[in-house]
Parts: sequence; C-alpha cells; structure tokens
Amino acid sequence: MSRIKGCFERLKSEGRKALIPYITAGDPDQAVTLPMMHRLVESGADIIELGIPFSDPMADGPVIQRAAERALEKGTSLHNVLEMVKRFRETDRETPVVLMGYLNPVEVMGYATFAREAAEAGVDGVLTVDLPPEEGSEMHDVLLANNIDPIFLLAPTSTVERIRKICNASSGYVYYVSLKGITGAGHLDLDSVASKLGEIRKQTDLPVGVGFGIKDAETASRMGKLADAVIVGSAIVTRIEENAEQPEAAIESVGNFVAELRRGLDA
Amino acid sequence: MATETTTNWQSMPDENGHFGPYGGIFVSETLMEALHELRLAYEKYIKDPDFLAEIDADLQHYVGRPSPVYHAERWSRQLGGAQIFLKREDLNHTGAHKVNNTIGQALLAKRMGKTRIIAETGAGQHGVATATVAARLGLECVVYMGEVDVARQEANVYRMKLLGAKVVPVSSGSKTLKDALNEAMRDWVTNVDNTFYIIGTVAGPHPYPAMVRDFQAVIGREARQQMLDMTGRLPDALVACVGGGSNAIGLFYPFLNDESVAIYGIEAAGDGLDTGHHAAPLCAGKPGVLHGNRTYLIEDDNGQIIETHSISAGLDYPGVGPEHAWLKDMKRAKYDAVNDKEALQAFHDLTRIEGIIPALETSHALAYVTKLAPTMRTDQSILVNLSGRGDKDMHTVAATEGINL
Repeated sequence: MSRIKGCFERLKSEGRKALIPYITAGDPDQAVTLPMMHRLVESGADIIELGIPFSDPMADGPVIQRAAERALEKGTSLHNVLEMVKRFRETDRETPVVLMGYLNPVEVMGYATFAREAAEAGVDGVLTVDLPPEEGSEMHDVLLANNIDPIFLLAPTSTVERIRKICNASSGYVYYVSLKGITGAGHLDLDSVASKLGEIRKQTDLPVGVGFGIKDAETASRMGKLADAVIVGSAIVTRIEENAEQPEAAIESVGNFVAELRRGLDA
Repeated sequence: MATETTTNWQSMPDENGHFGPYGGIFVSETLMEALHELRLAYEKYIKDPDFLAEIDADLQHYVGRPSPVYHAERWSRQLGGAQIFLKREDLNHTGAHKVNNTIGQALLAKRMGKTRIIAETGAGQHGVATATVAARLGLECVVYMGEVDVARQEANVYRMKLLGAKVVPVSSGSKTLKDALNEAMRDWVTNVDNTFYIIGTVAGPHPYPAMVRDFQAVIGREARQQMLDMTGRLPDALVACVGGGSNAIGLFYPFLNDESVAIYGIEAAGDGLDTGHHAAPLCAGKPGVLHGNRTYLIEDDNGQIIETHSISAGLDYPGVGPEHAWLKDMKRAKYDAVNDKEALQAFHDLTRIEGIIPALETSHALAYVTKLAPTMRTDQSILVNLSGRGDKDMHTVAATEGINL
C-alpha cells in the first residue's frame, strides 16, 4: 500500500482529517528545507507538499512566486529537491511527500529519469500543475510504474465530465482548488465548496483535499468538516518570507502556525 | 509521413491543438473550462458569415485594409539582387499588424458576452491595439506590462492610458513580456466569468496559436494576391521577424502550400547567439513547455526560463509559437537570427533609402533581407512583412547615438 493511501486510512480510522502544508524547496535557502520538513511533521503535518521552484509559476500568486524566486536565487534545481527528499527519508519513513511543480524542469530531466530518481528518493506523489491528463499520459504511466501517485487539481469550473476524467487518472488523493484564482487569493465560499465536493465524491472514492485560500486555524477547521484533507500554502510561505533572513525564526514561526492549524483541524 | 510534395502544410493543428509534437494545452485545471469555452466559440464563429463580415468591415473601414504592397526599388537596386517588396502593415491603424488580431478577438469576446478584456504586452503595440478596440467597443480593458518594458516604452503606456486602459506594471521575474503573460493568466483564472484574455501572439494554449494565426492570415492572403497582381507570379522568398511569431505566421500561412516560395523567419540575436544574451529560441533554444504550449524555449540546464535580450521589446520573449517550431523541424521554413547592431543598421537603411521608418522588430527581418537579396537574381523577388512602424522606437534609437529625447 502506498504511503499516501496508508496515511488516509489511518486518519480515517482515527476520525481525523489530513493536514497538508506546502513549502517551496530551497526557500529561503536549501539548508532550511530539511529541518523545516521535520518541523512540519512534529507540528502535526500528515503529508508534505514540497514545491519544485520554477521561474514562471503561472498558477501561483505573488507569495509562492517570490518563494520560487528566492529558491532559484540559491540555485535550487530539481536534482537538489530530490536530494532533500532523500535526506528527509533517512529519518522519516512514514510521512508521505508530494512534489508539486510545473512540467518544464521535469521535461528537461526526462520523465523516466525523474520518476525513477523520485521513487528512489522516497517521493510518494507528484502534482504537475500544468500537465492535464490529456497531455500527461506518458508521464503518468511512468509515475505509476514507479509506484508514485499522480495527483491532479480540480477546480470550481471543472465540469462533471472533467471531474470523472481527472478522478480516473488520479491516485492518492485529488486536490480541489476551492476558489477561482491563484494560490493565496481571496475569500472562501464554504457552501459552494461543499456542493462541489458532493459532485466530486459521486465520481471517486479517493480522499479529497481542499486548498487555496485557507489562511488560519478557523478556516482550516471549517474546511476540515467538509474535506478529507486541508492544504495550506501561501499562509505558511508568508511566514517563511517574513523571516527569510533568519532561518531559525522561519522554522519556529512555521512550526507554531502549523501546530495552530492542527489544533483547529482536530477541534 | 507523406512525401513533401503532398504535405498539406495548412492542416495543423490537430483537434487537440498539436502541431506535430508542439502546441497543446499545458495549463492548470483552473483554466481548462475557460479554454474549452473559448475553443467552442472560436470554432463556431470562425465559420459564421456574419462574424466574418463584421471583421472584414472593421479591417477595411477602421484599420485601413488592404494594406499596400510597396516595391522598394531604390533599396533593391542598392542591394543589387532580388526585388524587395514590403507588405505595409505599418500603415494599419495603431501602426502595426497587431490590430488584425485584437479586432478578431475583441469581436469574439463581444459575441461571447464578455465585458472585460485583458492583455499582456511587450513593446506596447499589442497593448495599444487591444486598448484601441476595447475603447471602440466600450469594454473595460486591463493591460499587463513588465516594469522594464513600461520604462522603455513610455509613449505606448501613455497611449494605452489615453485610450482608457488600465496598465498594470509587472514586477515579478524578469519584469518583461513573459512575466506580463504570467500575470495576465492569473487575472484570467480569477475573473474568468466576465473576462476575455486577448493574447497578442501565436503562443499560449490551444486554441490561441491557431486563432491568432487565422486572424493574422489576412496579411498573407492579401499579399499573395497583390504580388500576383503586381508581378504576375508568386514571390521567391518571404521574410518576417519572429518573436512570438504572429506577423510571421500571418504572412507565411497562406503561402505554406506554395512550395516554390522559400520562407525565412528571423529571430533576435541580441548581443549575438554565442553571448547567451539573445531572444532566439528556434536558433539557439530547445523544446520545452511554457505558457500553455510545448515549443522551443530559452532555458537553462534545469529547465528554468532564462532572461532574454533584444534591443526590440517586441521580440524579447523566451518562447515562440508552436507552429513555427513545427515548420522549423519539418524544414518548411528556415529560421535565422540577426543581432541588435545589424537590426539598427537596417533600421537606418530603410529610413534613409526609402523614407519608411520601420519598427525595431521589423528591422530584424530587414537586416536579413540585406544578406539574402544580394544572393538572388534581379528578376527574383522577396516579400517582407513590414510589420510595424518605428515611431515608438525613437527614444531607443536616439539613445544608441547618445541622444536623450
């Protein structure tokens, strides 16, 4: 059984919801990422989404784009990101790690090489933001062949037909983007999220995570009542940005915030 | 693969927007439905006689089409080879070919019931062309423009503001065209219900590369007939500058099946291809995925997009339309690059010899003509897309002579 599947089954049996924080690998520098990942887990993260920095993150807001810029300034490459996961796995064999990023760095490495090296490093899932199922069958086949879950986004604008297609291509979990917009955007409409989650659940038994716009423990808690997992990115990355010059303080700030989210989610 | 003589070069893209291995739809799920909606509307209206008549009327009465083809006799004589003909897109309303496309897309937006237009712009020509049609149709208009470009194209920024558009400077990334495109996409994702995104070039996710080409192909359709009328035969060669590649594909497309016509697309070599400071993905890049399509890109070994350099803001883009990528691989068109210096020389040449001040983008095509024409016979002809006028570039050119306007 994959780590992701195992994680959701355990949580389900405990009656809890998954907390999935996102950080960009190499932000604010490469040395911070490994201790940050461990701190995320200590603070209550169930799964880690680790961003592969890209120069042109079209679907992200300014917060995540700046994180990518900081990471790239420090020379963070896809090879470095895989190395970070490998080192994380030396001491943490339980927590699933999902890589999230854009296609081009993976394309340059080559799908087969990427999938093999990611599997060896201990990556559990890959979410390629700009690779829809229609264009992605080759990549998704090699991921599955290496026991890595391809994870996809669903959006408020996704039709029933697309929800079905994407759920069929997904494994691990599906990631519902809770609002029209970019990461770190606007306000959440919980009623519309609830109704869309109903549509999605008619198409799949996979756990459904919700992300985009979850800024604090209260929204995490309310979202946790609807979804199987709550994904928090920009609100965490903002805390890294505020402490970009002091890595220890960044880890501390993020750790405290994730612990708050955990309490909100478990309440 | 069919043999070359029977290839239908006008059959692309396929139903999924692919030009061979290029093109396609590489976007976040948040944009898929909007692109689907756009594609359905586009496929419906591009066959609708009412819609096409509306575009034709605007192109005639508002833009001033057909634009003339001019025989640059004096320049041809001086170069001592082929006869050079200029397709005068610089005479269009707003001063470049860009308006052909913005009229098409804005009228499509109106048919789709969208009330808000957004666009990205590099040199500002597409932004001005978009703001112009938005003003005329009474649509709200927001133009994204990199901070670097805002600084080097002040006059166009002011023009857009006069036309009622809101110009948003983009400070992320390299602060140029590619970042403006990222920002416009973000706006579109957020405001997809009422907003139409007018992309200015033949790049982006399907259906943009095909749609923009179809709106620009009026250039080649007119020019093909004009050359037949003026010279009794087709030109021997076509030359156009290539940034994203919309003026080039607009000229090339109607000639693709005329196998006797050689086709040259000219990229910006900036400081020189060997310096790394250029904007020539077809000549010095490799295939990858950016801005919704697979195409040639300027990228580093880790797949990060690198900053480009060109004296012309309109060519300063790390990607290129996927149809050009395909035409290159299939060898139907040849792609070359000229550097800043050569382009500037051609800018001055055409200005002094023919009394036509070309845009710096266009000057790249002209610089290539100065190399190509002398290799051809005087009874042969080259048709160049004079894609834009140089008014917007006065301060850039003056600065190269140490003059601050």
